[in-house]
Amino acid sequence: MTVTAELKDVTKVYGGKIVLDTVKLQIHEGEILALLGPNGSGKTTVLKILAFIENPTEGEVTFNGEKVNFKNTEKVRLQSTLVFQKTTLFSTSVFNNIAYGLKLRKVPKETRNKAVKKALKIVKLERFEKRSARKLSGGEQQRVAIARALVLNTQLLLLDEPTANLDPKNAGILEEVIDTVNRENKTTIVMATHNMFQAKKLPHRIALMDEGKITEIGAPIEIFGKLSKNLASFAAVDNTFAGTAKATAGGTSVVDISNNVQIEIATRRQGATVVFINPRDIIVSKTAVESSARNVFKGKIMEIIDLDSLVKLKINVGKLFSVQITKQSFNEMGLCLNAEVFIAFKASSVQVI
Amino acid sequence: MSITIQKWLLGALQLEDTVLADLLGDILQAFQLIFSGDPEIYGIVSRSLLFSGTAIILAILWGTPIAMLIAMKEFRGKTILKTVFSTLIGLPTVVLGLILYLIFSRGGPLGFLGLLYTPGAIIIGQAILVTPILVSIGVSAIESVDPEIMNLSKTLGASESQAQMAVLKEAINGIVLSDLASFNRAIGELGVVLLVGGNIAGGGNRTDVMTTAISRYVQIGELGLAVALGILLVLILFTINMVVVILKRANYLVELAKGPYAKLKRSREAKR
Repeated sequence: MTVTAELKDVTKVYGGKIVLDTVKLQIHEGEILALLGPNGSGKTTVLKILAFIENPTEGEVTFNGEKVNFKNTEKVRLQSTLVFQKTTLFSTSVFNNIAYGLKLRKVPKETRNKAVKKALKIVKLERFEKRSARKLSGGEQQRVAIARALVLNTQLLLLDEPTANLDPKNAGILEEVIDTVNRENKTTIVMATHNMFQAKKLPHRIALMDEGKITEIGAPIEIFGKLSKNLASFAAVDNTFAGTAKATAGGTSVVDISNNVQIEIATRRQGATVVFINPRDIIVSKTAVESSARNVFKGKIMEIIDLDSLVKLKINVGKLFSVQITKQSFNEMGLCLNAEVFIAFKASSVQVI
Repeated sequence: MSITIQKWLLGALQLEDTVLADLLGDILQAFQLIFSGDPEIYGIVSRSLLFSGTAIILAILWGTPIAMLIAMKEFRGKTILKTVFSTLIGLPTVVLGLILYLIFSRGGPLGFLGLLYTPGAIIIGQAILVTPILVSIGVSAIESVDPEIMNLSKTLGASESQAQMAVLKEAINGIVLSDLASFNRAIGELGVVLLVGGNIAGGGNRTDVMTTAISRYVQIGELGLAVALGILLVLILFTINMVVVILKRANYLVELAKGPYAKLKRSREAKR
């Protein structure tokens, strides 16, 4: 197996704070590697170092077997590109945004035009060339940013939370793009994510990160298969909770995730358990409704995040739950910050990890 | 003809041949001078445009790199330097004129250049005068660009200087605004042109421009000429500002900024 890039005991210190702590990481040619962990675990810093726009405080990085000289990264930067979590576009047309890197590489005009067209087709934004990039919707903007990276056909493609803050439709398109590019162009991809589903589906390998360290690395099946104590750190990930399960007489189990919150699950479990509830599977109501849902909690809206056609709510019921509803229901229900609401989900919607 | 119109107007308004009537006469004469394309008036106007235009180009050449340096680099005394530049915006032009006069005069440190009372002195003086405006507005325009643009360009393969150019391009609206404000200040100032230019109105090396000519015409009682120049000066400022507003709305500025380069490349490609 060829190693495309390698971090050898890389430590990064920002203003006295250690963000990466002697990280060892090999990136294999042609793989999709996911960095999975809570916010602030160092995922973005790993990506920035691999994009050669941050230098390690200690340790070294090799790229194609050669040690990277961080004082002069101009050449090696041409072979690695990073798509930021926060979509950043040049204030010009979609075409000029995507063609920027090709112009720097002095690609002839005709090849350039063809390549831009092809990239736009991949991200399903055909005929968007002349549109003003910053006037597009959030999801379309992020797709332009991805196209701008794809068109360069670099050896290494780095994606920082590519689908965070995107509605499911745009997220779906992007996941498809990532998969296609990896299979057809054999592009090596490293992506940071705290979306468990993405981590389960897309990558060949997962590196778990916590507090600047890689705590575990392996195939998704291995990582999700064994219940390591590190998985508890996922508690920072949306709707993922660690707790203790007790089987009930009815064939189901109840998981106590502390703070007086007990979640009923449809399977029999005993002992340490990590559960996940898809934000889409949770129903929000203003009063307690009688339903078949086994889990009903009362809480307060702590945060409202606008995602194109959807709204994401953070609701505190003792534990913080993320809920996704359409903007239409959000408006019709007249929800606002600090409003008291009920959330409900079925025992069968709870997934045991 | 103007006298006939004047008489008719006076009759219509039932005015005596008074100061007010004189004023009316001056204004009428001013319009006559403007519309008849009086060579004296337009000679002065074109000198003003030439001197101030050259001064702005000169100031852009050194002001833009200074603004980029201050905005993009972290160094000690950055805040102090920014404060110095923004304070200098308010420097009275006559004080700068005096300083430059002392420097350029025969006994001064640069007296040997023989620049005093030449167009060169005016151009250099105005370029120095507008540098604080160019730098101050330029710095805030560059600093208001999303800080990620620099890193973004680099991840797409830009070198350090190419990334800086990308940031500059994002700031183009503010930069053009600073150029415009500078031109307005240069073409409308009196202190520097008067003291180092000398307001020479004869011979082959004239240094009188719109503002100094206005003050001279007022002194010798040629109010019609003064009013004509005043109207043209305001008209020039107004036109330039309008053009920029329209271009900005049509979003041409960005295209305009890379226009010459694109043209050059196109012609090169055509030759091939």
